[in-house]
Formats: sequence, structure tokens, C-alpha cells
Amino acid sequence: MKFSNRAVILTMLAIALALADRAGGHGFAGARFFPATLSTDDPFVNDELSLPTVSTIKTPEGRETSIAVDIAKRITPNLGIELGESFLELNPNGEHESSGFGNVELGAKYRFFTSEKHETIFSLGAGVEIGGTGQKRVGAESFSTWTPAFFFGKGLGDLPDTLSLLRPVAATGVVGITIPTSASTRTSDMEIERHPNVLRYGFALEYSLIYLQEQVKDIGLRAPFDRLIPLVEFSFDTPLNRGRSGETTGTINPGVIWSSKYVQFGVEAIVPINERTGKSVGVIGQVHFYLDDLFPHTLGRPLFGWK
Amino acid sequence: MKRKQLISIAVGLFSLLAMAAQANAHAFMVRAEPRVGSKVKKAPSEVRVWFSETVQQASSTIKVFDGSGKQVDKKNTRLDPRNHALLDVSLEPDLAPGSYRVIWRVTSVDTHVTNGDFRFQIVR
Repeated sequence: MKFSNRAVILTMLAIALALADRAGGHGFAGARFFPATLSTDDPFVNDELSLPTVSTIKTPEGRETSIAVDIAKRITPNLGIELGESFLELNPNGEHESSGFGNVELGAKYRFFTSEKHETIFSLGAGVEIGGTGQKRVGAESFSTWTPAFFFGKGLGDLPDTLSLLRPVAATGVVGITIPTSASTRTSDMEIERHPNVLRYGFALEYSLIYLQEQVKDIGLRAPFDRLIPLVEFSFDTPLNRGRSGETTGTINPGVIWSSKYVQFGVEAIVPINERTGKSVGVIGQVHFYLDDLFPHTLGRPLFGWK
Repeated sequence: MKRKQLISIAVGLFSLLAMAAQANAHAFMVRAEPRVGSKVKKAPSEVRVWFSETVQQASSTIKVFDGSGKQVDKKNTRLDPRNHALLDVSLEPDLAPGSYRVIWRVTSVDTHVTNGDFRFQIVR
């Protein structure tokens, strides 16, 4: 199917305006502002757009580069849906380069607990990578994969005065199990490839200079340094069955996020935790828009239940 | 979809976002007097807080409490008539040395609510 550039832009405008007729999502828990993390999912139900998230890393199979877009939309203040797609470029060792779209990813998340006083938030969610919607040449599977998950966030703003310099510390994280709808598939050379259930877990540890300046101690930081949030993300996958139990892969990603009124910019190094994951350090960068602040009266509000 | 069309989508979305950027956002605290976490020798007569956005007077407050939890402000949070991103509240005269907690809660003009708190100390 062919689209002209003008038609694509007009379609995007029409979608935005249609949504605007019906229809804010920073990550807040009390006085705590949590930024959107790059490598691990956070617990917040938001109106946000990541455009783009770009990552590149050399794995044992070769270099993988991904350009992804993700949009999240609140249905109610506590319930949101997410849609993601990525364009992949693979440079396998000793083989031809291939590129194409990965499978479409859909998700839903429900925030069931928030404590403003303790800067705590818990959510439950489920995501699905829809099989067959991407291109096989970049490894998009023909079967779908479901991931039910538990999400959490906690700021240390409730620490006593003697530990006040630790109040800017916060953590967000996720624990989920990825369940493929097909236990195995046959590859093009007629070999059987098995697909295990995978325990997926990760967390982000951050020190918010925003929080330090606003809530603890004005140390005289001025723009742009007063909006920085240094962080380290930890992301792991552990297969649970089908001959691959315990073959954990994962990365540790130190980086920094700069958050402004409407947009945040983040960049992290991707450090493999073992040779199974890779030997080289990769990089991930993201531009992330706060739709609730960009479109506070339209697209940036929940569809229902807004007060 | 080719690379040119991907670029077109990105340009279209960025244009939309750029147009929308005239909106107001969550009001974050920019600075305060007395400064956050500071020690002052003279008891201040008021607390002033600057925000990143204009805020609504009706639903925005600053409260100040002493170490025992007693409210020591005059409950007269005001919006500066020349700067709608500046709130202040008067304090009782001659506050004693000690630690004071300032709790603020504001609603920006686009109805987003933000809140926070900080402390300052009076030392002699």
C-alpha cells in the first residue's frame, strides 16, 4: 500500500483532532515527580508520547538498532492503554543487513494504589506483542506473547530529617512473566525453536535534583542543571522452562534524564551483565512528550472520569 | 512504509506538539524565600514561593508550621498582582528559633495540581 507524505500528515492531524474532541500524565505521587524511564516500564498511567526511543547495541549475533515510538493514553484517571511500534535494523555477523518493523505492542495498565504521603504507587498491567504484525526478516514472531506485570514506584521523601539528603532517591520497577502463545516454531531450515516463558524484571534507581532543590536543600543549581535526574536502570530476563531455564540476560543502564515543562530527554549507556547478553556497551536515547501538559484540555485528559 | 514517510509522520507529530506548546504545564516550584533548607538569623515576616507557571489564587495555599506542628502563618496566601507565578503568606511576628515546615499546594491555570514541602531554620 502506498501513502503520499501529505496523506500521512493529514491522517495524523485528523486522528489528533478527533481525539481532541473527546478528551493530562506526569508520574506524580504526592510531592514526588517521577520521570518516564527509558529501559524499564514505570507504574504510571499517563498521557505520554515517546518519539523516538533509539537504541543500538552489539549482541553476540550482531548489531541491533531500534527506533521505537510509544504512546500512552488514559481512559480513566487510573486506567490507561499503550501502543508501541519499532523499526529495527539488524546487522548480523557475517550476513546481510536487514530492516523492518517489529510486531505491534499493545498494553493496558491499572493503578490500584497511591500514597501521596509515602510517595508510593502500585499498578497492574498486561501487554501483548501481536504476532504476525511485524516482519520476519527482523525476527518478528508469528505468534503473540502476553506479559502480565506488576509495577511499583517509591520515593524516599518520608525519610527522617537526619537522612534528608537521601530524600531525592526514588525507585520504579516492574516484575512480569512473558508467556508466548506458541511453545515452539519451526525455523526456515526446519529446526525446532522453543519459546520459554520468561521472567522479566527490572527497576530504576534515581536521584532527583529537582526534588533536592524543591523539597530538601536549595544548593543553587540553575537551569539546565536544576532539572536533571541521574539514574541507573537494571533490566533482566530469565527464561523459566523449555530447556533454557536460568539463562538470564540483562543490562545495567546508567544515564541521565532532563525534564522540562513539556518534554524530557534521556540518554543511557547499555552495559550487558554477561557474555550471553553481549560484550559491547550500547546506548539508548529518548525524547518523551508530556501530552497532559501539551494538550491539557483535550488529548491530555482521561476520556472518562476527569474532574 | 519508507523512510521518507516515517520522517513525514515525525514532522507531522512534532508540528502538532510545537503548536500545543503554548499551553500551560504543571506548576513546579522554582525557588523560595527563605530558601529551601536554609538557616536564617532573622525571623522572616513572610514566605514567598516562585513557581514555573501562573497559578490560581483560589485553590493555591502556603502553610507554615513550627516544630510542634502549630500553624504560624496568618492564613492569608496571596498571589502577587504583578507576577501570577509568585505566592506569599505572612508569618506571625518574631518567630522563635527552630525548624519550620512550609507546605504548598497550587493549581496551575490549566487545572493541574502540584504540591510539596520544605523546611527552613531560624537560628540566633
